[in-house]
Amino acid sequence: MNQFLPPRQRAVLTALVLFFVAGDWLGQSTQAEYGDVVINNYSDDAGMRPVVFPHWFHRIRYRCKVCHGDLGFEFKAGGNDINMLKIIDGEYCGACHNGEHAWAVENCDVCHSAKPGTPTQVHESTLQKLIAPVDRP
Amino acid sequence: MGLLCVLTLTALASNWQKLAEDGLHDPTNPALKLLQDPTESLSVLPPDSTGNKVDWIRALQNGDIKPRSNILEQLEDEILDLDVLIMAAGSAPIVRFPHKAHTEWLDCSNCHEHLFKSKAGATQFTMLDILQGEYCGTCHGAVSFPLTECNRCHSVDPDEANRIQREMATAKAEADDKQ
Repeated sequence: MNQFLPPRQRAVLTALVLFFVAGDWLGQSTQAEYGDVVINNYSDDAGMRPVVFPHWFHRIRYRCKVCHGDLGFEFKAGGNDINMLKIIDGEYCGACHNGEHAWAVENCDVCHSAKPGTPTQVHESTLQKLIAPVDRP
Repeated sequence: MGLLCVLTLTALASNWQKLAEDGLHDPTNPALKLLQDPTESLSVLPPDSTGNKVDWIRALQNGDIKPRSNILEQLEDEILDLDVLIMAAGSAPIVRFPHKAHTEWLDCSNCHEHLFKSKAGATQFTMLDILQGEYCGTCHGAVSFPLTECNRCHSVDPDEANRIQREMATAKAEADDKQ
């Protein structure tokens, strides 16, 4: 059918086909952002969605040492005993999420945004990709 | 031409999933529309082939991003321009650890002395430790570039590394002689 199309339209058609094939492949190869941390220490039990912490969003604005030095976050997903009381007292996330520096704690759903039941993890981490979950058939 | 621009932009956008479709966020969450999609901020930063598809080191060095260095204390930026060669790499090329790229983001105390002793060679670790999320694997494979990028660390030819080591040994011997 292509031979009936002028060269310009043929090029556009080829580009479109390539785009959809490549776009589909690329779309499948990525999931949630690399480094997104899910924190589900207490959320599920409390009937809240687990927290998604987007590393990418924060590292545009802060160097690693701000949270992992100044604010005392351990380099381990779920390795910090964070609860809402501490956050309201200005610890951990609450150092910034206090309504002055960044949005305050009353905006629950903005942080508690993961699908219910998502376990604590660093999303897309090499460890997560290498180790097959035992509950998967 | 316009179509090509749209195609390119859309192809770039497919590097990053929309939050509502990423399989992690709950699409029924009414607050989801308040959150920024990664494409909006990541597509304008220097590209990379893996991780967030952003070359974070270059983004910082170019001034494309200007992340803060402190919130509470006045943590001073202490940039150390010192490469460390880690020779025990088996049959793989030698590892070059650049302090500079690391101290632009991190404080010395983030790694020293609990993860790595300051004395080169004093901390023994293996690739298995790293793959299990220890030592370099604390960040690499979790938020810094992933552990599938072997050659970014294992980057120095053994002959070249031996030459550098000999030069360093000679320089040290000369310095000791002067004392």
